[in-house]
Order: sequence, then C-alpha cells, then structure tokens
Amino acid sequence: MSSTARDLVPPEARAPEGAPVRRAKGGRVRRLSGRDKLVLSLMVGIPTLIELTLVWLPTLMSVGLSFTRWNGLDLGAIRPAGLDNYQYVTQDYPPFWPAVQHNLLWLLFLALVATPLGLLLAVLLDQNIRGSKIYQSIFFAPVMLSLALIGIIWQLFYQRDNGLLNFLLGTAGTPQAVDWFGDSSVNIWAAMIAATWRHAGYVMLLYLAGLKGVDPSLKEAAAIDGANGFQTFFRVVFPAMRPINIVIVVITIIESLRAFDVVYVINRGTNGLEMLSALVIQNLVGEGQVIGVGSALAVVLLVISLVPIVFYLSRTFGKEGKA
Amino acid sequence: MSTTTRTGRTDTAAGLRSGSRPKRHYGTHIFLTVMAVMWLVPLGWSLFTALRPVASTNEHGYFSLAGDFNFNNFTQAWTQGGFSTYFWNSVIITVPAVLLTLFLASLMAFAVSRVSWKFNITLLIMFTAGNLLPPQVLAAPLFEMAKHFEVPYSFSDSGNMLNTYIVVIAVNTAFQMGFCTFVLSNYMKALSADLTEAALVDGAGIWRQYREIIMPLCRPAFAALGTLQVIFIYNDYFWPLIFIQSGNRLPITTAINNLQGQFLNNYNLLAAGAVITVIPTLVIYLLLQRQFVAGLTLGSSKG
Repeated sequence: MSSTARDLVPPEARAPEGAPVRRAKGGRVRRLSGRDKLVLSLMVGIPTLIELTLVWLPTLMSVGLSFTRWNGLDLGAIRPAGLDNYQYVTQDYPPFWPAVQHNLLWLLFLALVATPLGLLLAVLLDQNIRGSKIYQSIFFAPVMLSLALIGIIWQLFYQRDNGLLNFLLGTAGTPQAVDWFGDSSVNIWAAMIAATWRHAGYVMLLYLAGLKGVDPSLKEAAAIDGANGFQTFFRVVFPAMRPINIVIVVITIIESLRAFDVVYVINRGTNGLEMLSALVIQNLVGEGQVIGVGSALAVVLLVISLVPIVFYLSRTFGKEGKA
Repeated sequence: MSTTTRTGRTDTAAGLRSGSRPKRHYGTHIFLTVMAVMWLVPLGWSLFTALRPVASTNEHGYFSLAGDFNFNNFTQAWTQGGFSTYFWNSVIITVPAVLLTLFLASLMAFAVSRVSWKFNITLLIMFTAGNLLPPQVLAAPLFEMAKHFEVPYSFSDSGNMLNTYIVVIAVNTAFQMGFCTFVLSNYMKALSADLTEAALVDGAGIWRQYREIIMPLCRPAFAALGTLQVIFIYNDYFWPLIFIQSGNRLPITTAINNLQGQFLNNYNLLAAGAVITVIPTLVIYLLLQRQFVAGLTLGSSKG
C-alpha cells in the first residue's frame, strides 16, 4: 500500500527506491536540542493522549463493565457480577444467537456475492471498454452515501404498497405484496442487497487500482505460455494482487461486523434483523439500561473483530517490525 | 510490492481464446448496461418520487407519470422539515472534526515516520487498530464518560457533555485520527530523507522541518484525505445518535431517520429529504472524485 502512497509524492521529493527509509539509529536523535525534544513529545503526546482516552480506555472499560451489573445512573451502584452477563447473553437472551447467525450470513453474503461482483465489475471495466469511466462513476456513486441513507433510499424502493419493487413484480396493492423490510423472513436478504449496492462499488474501486498495479508483462508471459483469459486471471493476475486481496478480506469482515446503520434505520435491528452491533446499542439506550449486558455483547463483538484486525496488522506491520 | 507469482504455465491449446474475443466484449456491454441501470434505479426512484407533489401521487398513484413535477417537496423539507437546521449542524460538526483530525494526524505521522524512535511502530499499530474497531464496542463507556463529565449549565444545557457538538467532534476526531495517521505516515515515509537531513544541517528545528518542509509536500495527501474525511464524517450516523438527544441538534445523516416517523406516508417528502442529504456528497463526488478515489485507495485499510 505504501506503493500507492508513493505515487502521490511528487517525483523530485520521492525517496530513492530501495534506499533505507531510516538511517542508522541513534545518531539523529542525539542531535535533537531540548526544544526539539519538547516539540516532538507534544507532537506525539497530544494525539496519543486523545487516542488513549477516547478509543482504548473506553474499549478496556467495556471489558470491565461486562463483568458488572449497572443501570448506568450512579457510579457507586456498579456491582460485580462475574460471568453472569455472559451466561445470560448466551443462554437466556433470545436475540443473541439469531444475531450471531445474521452476522455470519451477512459476512457470507458480502464475501460470496458482493465482493465477487465488485471484482467482476473491476475486471470488466479494466479492459478499456468504451464508456468505462461512466460505468465506474455509476457503480461507485453509492459508496459516497451513508449506510443510513441507503436504508432510507431502499425503503422507498422496497415499500409494500408504494414501492417500486412490488410494482415491477406486479404485486403492488395486492395481498401478495411483500413488505421487503418489514417481513422477518425476507428482510435480512433485502438489507443485504442494499448493503451490496455499496460494498460492490467499493470493492470495484479497490480492485481497479489493484489491477492497474499488476505488471502487464506477467499477463503477456502467461499468454505466450498459452493460458486463456480465465487462467491468466486466476493463476497470474489475482495472486499478484495479494496486498489488495488482504485489504478486501479485512474490509469485508469488518463491514459485516459493523452492519449497524442499515438495520438500525430499518427497525432498530429487531424482527429478523438482529445484529450483534444493534443488540449492543439496544441494551444501552432507552429505559432499563443494562450496561453490563450491553458490554458483554460489545466484548463478544470486540473479540470477533480482533481476528481480522490482528490478521491485518500482522500483515501490514510484520515486515517493518522485524526490520 | 513483491510480485512473487507462479506464472500460469498451462497446457491448454492457445486456439481457445482466439474465437471468443469480439463476442465477449458485446456481452460485457450488455451486462454492464443492465447492471448500471439496476444501480441507478434506487436513486432514480427517490428523485422521481421527490419531484412529484404528494397531491399528484395520491391522485394518480406512485407509479405514474401523470400530474405535476416541481421542487415543492424540497422547499418544504428544507423549511418545515428542518433540513436547513440539520444541514447547518452537519457543517458545525464536520468542518472542525476534519481540520482537527488532519492536524493531529499530521503531527503524529511526522513524529513516527520522520524521526527514528523507539515506540514508532507500536504507536502506529495502536492508532491503526483503533480505527478498525467497531464503534459500538466503545459506545457505552464513551456515553457514560460524557454523561458523568459535569460542566456548568452555561456551557451545556444538559449539565454534562451529552447533547453537545464538542463530544461528537472529539470522538469522530479520535476515531478517524488513526486512519489518517496511518495514511499520512506511509506518505511521509515515501518522502526523501535528504529533505530533512539538509534542513537539519542548516539548523532547522523539528517544528520548522514539519511546518516548512514536510507540510507543503503533503498537500496531495491532505487533499485526498480531507475529501475522504468530509464524506466519512458527514456520513456518520452513529456518534450523533449516541450523544445528541435534542432532535434539532442532529446532523442531517442522523436526522433523516426521524423524518420517517415524522412524515408518515408522505414518501415524497421523505424522498426529497433523502435527495437533499445526497446532494453535498454528490457535489463533492463530481468536483473531487479524483481526490476521493485517491484517498480511498491510499489507505485501503479503511473498514
């Protein structure tokens, strides 16, 4: 990815390729004056303090609160609860397992439908066809929209009586008309299609950048070796885009864990649209706040999301850490 | 980027590909056109509905071209629906949050990428990871922190930090800072080390190196990241939902959801609200598409 960052750097300011990024340690630091050290510590200190207080401290507090019982009012009323919240969530809290299933389904749908669709669009648009730019703009437009707004726009499309979809299906106004976002047997699918509308464009964009970065001589070599289009793509081009592939995998997993806005706009994540992230919020807002239960759900979400995060970080920083 | 790939050495006859070329392009166009039309339908339908007064849709139904087309729904949403307020609220949150994010991230990125130092990588990992967390994980403690952070009533009418723009700006900044630091540090690493070495010889301190050498060179990265962050923060639905309770203080992205209940069965007005919300992003998209795309691909770590 740093190679894409490099491309934006004006050539005259670019570090020579392959040159060591950092010179020998020590020497430079010793040359810093007292004033420089102060400036540097402020430069590092202020952002780090903000990051710690507003991101990492709350994360740790979530973990802590998940072992307590608290209604969110008086700080003195926090009582230790051991593993009670986790036991409650996994055994007695009806929406928990449906939410886990829906998160998984969401992930599978994005991974098996939305992401391949974005890849397909990118591959088709990469071959210099006429109007490629116009197509790109169209597919990319939903990426600019918030998922909340996407929920609203698709609501207009999916409505039972006045929605375009039921009209196109010829069922508008008849008893067969489906309330796509309201019917708990179909609404998760309707919501996933709305999410695909955005995700596919995003994936397309990243792969278009990735495809441009693939050395054309690789393709030529494959063609000379007698590979057809499919073989060239799957055995040469696709593996060559490894860095982008990793990013896409991580984005897809994280998006599926974050699928909050869409379901919350539709019906606050109930009635067929239970999602872990929405359950967390349901337990924190409104009457009868159960901070402990909400936090236990948040920790489940955290633990699951640490898998792609650690995977991604070790891929990105693994090399540098060793150097 | 290391391109260690197996060259696809296969034993297929080369004849397979020769005949199918032109046909495939033809099919590609049909497929892409169909997809593009499908892609435009939801937005087009919103626009179509928004342009028709509710009286004509009541008379002729939603699926008809009969009746008037005008901008009345837009003016009504803007004035009566409170969209002028919501839009202004979005500006109040987005502008300071983006400027702060870029400023703080540039400080941090400079320190971790231009000065060799012990905890460089550790800090960078911490910042990058923070941005990848689902925001719901930190929602409860942040809400409680804001609620128990007492301030004079003259400062906030809730007596604490809830219902203020400051907390939304601060949390958005903290959350987006990680991503911007990651992208900017990659960018600054790609700048030649000689630039600051020379300045150091001339006796320029750290601040002058940052301010006069590195910052001007980072303009392309700021343009790309700035565009991206304006969109991200403008599109943020979650943090105002958590922190802001008064409906008239909500930014547009969070407020539009309330419209669903407020204008029950007036889908025309709801559609107009949706279109109004799209317009700023669409304008940015049309004017700064290159910057936005550069920002997204630059830091494709964004989840």
